[in-house]
Amino acid sequence: MYDLSCDRVTKAFGKFVAVDQVSLDIPSGSFFSILGPSGCGKTTLMRMIAGFETPSGGDIRIKGESVLSLAPNRRNVKMVFQHLALFPMMNVGENIAYGLQCRGEKKADIPAKVRRVLERVGLPGVEEKQIGQLSGGQKQRIAIARCMVLEPDVLLLDEPLGALDLKLREHMKIELKQLQHQFETTFLYITHDQSEALVMSDRVAVMNAGRFEQIGTPRELYDDPVSGFVAGFVGDANILAGKVAEISGDEVLVNLDGGGGRIAARRSDASAVGDEVEVFVRPEAMRIGEAAARASLTGTVDSLLFNGANSRILVRALNDQLIEVADPGQSGSLAPGATVTLTFEARRARAFARRQG
Amino acid sequence: MGREAGKLSLILLMTPFLLWIGLLIILPQLGIGYVSLREKISYDEFSFGLKNYVDFISEPVYRNTLFRTAWMSILVTILALIVGFPVAYYIAKIARQKSRAALFLMCLIPLWVSDLVRAYGWIVLLRETGVFSSTLVWLGIINTPIEMLYNDITVVMGLVYTVVLFMIVPLTSTLQGMDDALLEAGYNLGGSRFTVFRRIIVPYAMPGIVSGCIITFMLTAGSYLTPVLLGGKNSSWFTEQIYNQFITRYNWEAGATFGVTLLVFTSFVVWLGLKLTGQSLATTVAKD
Repeated sequence: MYDLSCDRVTKAFGKFVAVDQVSLDIPSGSFFSILGPSGCGKTTLMRMIAGFETPSGGDIRIKGESVLSLAPNRRNVKMVFQHLALFPMMNVGENIAYGLQCRGEKKADIPAKVRRVLERVGLPGVEEKQIGQLSGGQKQRIAIARCMVLEPDVLLLDEPLGALDLKLREHMKIELKQLQHQFETTFLYITHDQSEALVMSDRVAVMNAGRFEQIGTPRELYDDPVSGFVAGFVGDANILAGKVAEISGDEVLVNLDGGGGRIAARRSDASAVGDEVEVFVRPEAMRIGEAAARASLTGTVDSLLFNGANSRILVRALNDQLIEVADPGQSGSLAPGATVTLTFEARRARAFARRQG
Repeated sequence: MGREAGKLSLILLMTPFLLWIGLLIILPQLGIGYVSLREKISYDEFSFGLKNYVDFISEPVYRNTLFRTAWMSILVTILALIVGFPVAYYIAKIARQKSRAALFLMCLIPLWVSDLVRAYGWIVLLRETGVFSSTLVWLGIINTPIEMLYNDITVVMGLVYTVVLFMIVPLTSTLQGMDDALLEAGYNLGGSRFTVFRRIIVPYAMPGIVSGCIITFMLTAGSYLTPVLLGGKNSSWFTEQIYNQFITRYNWEAGATFGVTLLVFTSFVVWLGLKLTGQSLATTVAKD
């Protein structure tokens, strides 16, 4: 039984198709993310689930029941808005009580419910505070509490971390995941930030131009992308453009454009010899060292970027492209200008047909 | 910019303002207040006291005119709010971005014509031989022409028409500041249309509502042309009494007393309105 199912949901605005035949099934109690660049249709999809837009086709089911004919205020799907949309003219307690009052709960029960949900989000006793007195992270938690007090079937979150500063965002990622565990409610999270999606989600759908490119666990998306878009969008990757020179089994040899050399990569689609491809190599898959027989690149060290465990070495390849290489040891033994050879295992590089544009 | 230059620009900016408020507002008010406390003993002989105010209170006609003016102004304000709110809501929230400016401009068009001309417009429509009456006779709905001027309904209607713009402007600007997500959140959390209107839209628009009400109430209570032209002798508008005292009866002392009373009384009504709605001038009219 799925908490939320979308069955070939489509939304067209005139000739523009914002969401194109999207299907997904979210099991009960899981954290599901939709990851995509802005304008890919993910917000439109969420607004259709909440009922603010009507699909042009397809069906949306919550706990197995179609909700297409239900008005937004009759759906048991609650939403945390991008800018939270806490009511500025009400205090925290009134904000949370609003939904309970709309549902016609008994007056006497409301304060206890408000108190309980505030305890669960770790902010006991703030009922009387005004919204303006809260910090960014507290507002976030109040916005979640305001929804969770209604015990929704699904909680929709529309990039709620976007407005926070970096430090707080990192912290809230972990906190959101914990809150989801604690409430055991299905979360549908929308974001363009791949690290948010990877860290928090049980499953992630990567969306591009109105369609889902791939649905999978964060690890599957990272290690086994099915398309160039997913490989480029999820995680960091060096994108090396070239032409297929030779195919042997599930490996391809690629001549890089601009005389960058020849590298070996895993064959990931039906590209044939002579086709233009892009090879995706993660920075951490690269090593600096001896020239291997087939898969290697030579270049000169351009600069060293220090960032703790995320430090990088930028290497300028023969075709003038800058390649990022992970440098977790921050070796410091290399100086800019040094000539180096980059190696990587062919199975950790993936060749996909070159994308348009 | 240096301190000196800053100081100079402040002086240059403040001078016209200070001249205006000093010479055209404060000084005349002080003069009126002074005259209102003067008691005429004989020609060119005065003493000071509150006799003019006592006379005002003890004369039911004056008192009732003031109350009537206040009640009708409140009625006009409420009607202007009822008429203006949907218009403002439409401009601020429903109309497309592109047509917003055009709609707003259309609201401003009546201001290009003077009050007097607009009041004559109503007269042309509503008098016994006017457009409405003749059309109704021509259509056979009524047998004899009827006079639609010179009654309270016409006065109230004319006043609402004159002041509704000053309700729409502050309401529109307040509602424009409201994030649509607030409304969506209101529905999402289970609110009906009425709940969202009552608990989210109205409280959010409250500063605009109060500010619009203050402006329309003050404008209505102090208006002269519209009630006199559309209401004729029956209008019994308080400003008309002031005019009569000053101009017709040449009783400046009584006229000044009426003027001060009107100012104090309308200020009191505004203060009462602010108290009742829990707002202050700083959160409404002076809101940035």
